[in-house]
Amino acid sequence: MLGRRTDLPFERDQSTRFLPWIVALMVFLGGLMFAAALIVADTVDSWDSTLTGRMTVQIPQAAATEASIATLTGKLEVTPGVTGVRPVPEAEARALLIPWLGEAVVNTDLPVPALIDVELAAGVRTDAASLAASLSQLVPGVTVDNHRAWLGALINLGRTAEILAFVILAMIAAAAVLAVIFTTRSGLAVHAAIIELLHQMGAQDRYIASQFQFQAMMLALRGGIAGAAAAAVVLIVFAWVGRGIDAAFLPPLTLSLGDWTALLIVPAAAVAIAMLTARLTVLRALARMP
Amino acid sequence: MLRFENVGMRYGIGPEVLRDISFTLAPGSFHFLTGSSGAGKTTLLKLMYLALRPTRGLVHLFDNDISVTPRSELPALRRRIGVVFQDFRLIDHLTAVENVALPLRVNGVRHGEIDTHVRELLSWVGLGERLDARPSTLSGGQQQRVAIARAVINRPRLLLADEPTGNVDDHIAVRLMHLFEELNKAGTTIVIATHNNVLIEEFGHPVLQLDDGELTVRRGRQPAAEVV
Ligand SMILES: Nc1ncnc2c1ncn2[C@@H]1O[C@H](COP(=O)(O)OP(=O)(O)OP(=O)(O)O)[C@@H](O)[C@H]1O
Ligand SMILES: [Mg+2]
Repeated sequence: MLGRRTDLPFERDQSTRFLPWIVALMVFLGGLMFAAALIVADTVDSWDSTLTGRMTVQIPQAAATEASIATLTGKLEVTPGVTGVRPVPEAEARALLIPWLGEAVVNTDLPVPALIDVELAAGVRTDAASLAASLSQLVPGVTVDNHRAWLGALINLGRTAEILAFVILAMIAAAAVLAVIFTTRSGLAVHAAIIELLHQMGAQDRYIASQFQFQAMMLALRGGIAGAAAAAVVLIVFAWVGRGIDAAFLPPLTLSLGDWTALLIVPAAAVAIAMLTARLTVLRALARMP
Repeated sequence: MLRFENVGMRYGIGPEVLRDISFTLAPGSFHFLTGSSGAGKTTLLKLMYLALRPTRGLVHLFDNDISVTPRSELPALRRRIGVVFQDFRLIDHLTAVENVALPLRVNGVRHGEIDTHVRELLSWVGLGERLDARPSTLSGGQQQRVAIARAVINRPRLLLADEPTGNVDDHIAVRLMHLFEELNKAGTTIVIATHNNVLIEEFGHPVLQLDDGELTVRRGRQPAAEVV
């Protein structure tokens, strides 16, 4: 079968020269967009788990006695969905404020609220307001912070970006499909005479179609590998540049297994689309011949 | 071998180019096909090599009624037909050798067996020096000989040639006719469309004559194969 691929003089055909470039560009953009969408999705998921995983209970300093903290801790430990309760030692609570207010201020007798860290079971969303209300009945002035106020908006933004990334990916895929279809079709017009000739010589439709399919595969493979390699380089550079960033709310910017898979799926899809288009287009043209 | 019964042919909604064509070609026969330009010679040949379907009438080829033969079985019939097209239809990006080898490739003949065979045949038609030339660099007559070599390389059972000697001088025309005669002696049924009355006279095969879309058959000088 391989020996037969030269039946049609594709190598010197101008019309197919751009196919690898178009596929490379589409795979590059599509691969990056796919990886970006995955990174955004991962990040938003990690935010989401922060949000659902933890709450902080604050007791105003005036009410923060050992007895009241013990009461609250006892109540929290029997609250459904709570997996861990840990009163934050005062020194630790003060240390948290040092970056914001400076050691000099914090280490005076600045009133610092007592804190209780609450860990929730994965996926549990406890209503902070009603929890605060029930805790306030035990110790007046208690507040509950589930970090939702600011993180919630960020998560909405992230989800929107995620959807947008997948929409753009779909559009790139559609553009790639059209480019491959048009390139293959024009190649077919150039070779119409040869196709007719092979048909006349008694070549089966399958034989002629597989010639074009093979050719489309080689061209798309060349472009796909180049595009995926370029996208991988960009992602690796990106991860390398971002390696020093240690922001608490960002996951590490490294290429996960999923990202690498994305970089493989995109060119594989491009090659498959090119082959299928070539095959169907040729078979349709041949079906019109007697 | 080949039988037409009341075949009519029109292109689209145009006038009928061929009308009530009926004839039979016996296996191993040799016919010329003549008629003035536009008389329908190429159209008739196209019906014979299954590039066109008749608008009415029956075509029987190799004992198959073409109108009821499944499309999937037509390639096998086409492989047994060699065609020399009026416009050659050589593939310009392939060398002379590659062009001639094409029918063998389509037939799945192995690569090693193809090359020597093809080179021998091309040498025989006088193109031994231009084996690896591209068709566009060959003269009209040389292209024609490549086209003929491609049509006969497969030892077809039916050879249909449309003006195969139109571009060559008489000396080469006679040489090519001898190639066809050789093939014919080996059992190939042959139809050659030509305007060349000298060749028709010299070789004396029976003549299918097209006038205004209608066919008449003239017996040749030689004892001709059965013609209805
Ligand atoms: N594809 C086509 N569509 C419409 N009309 C056609 C087509 N091909 C041929 N014709 C018409 O059919 C008639 C016969 O054409 P054909 O090519 O069979 O003639 P011919 O005998 O081979 O002529 P020549 O000796 O010039 O090659 C002509 O009037 C031509 O205009
Ligand atoms: Mg003609």
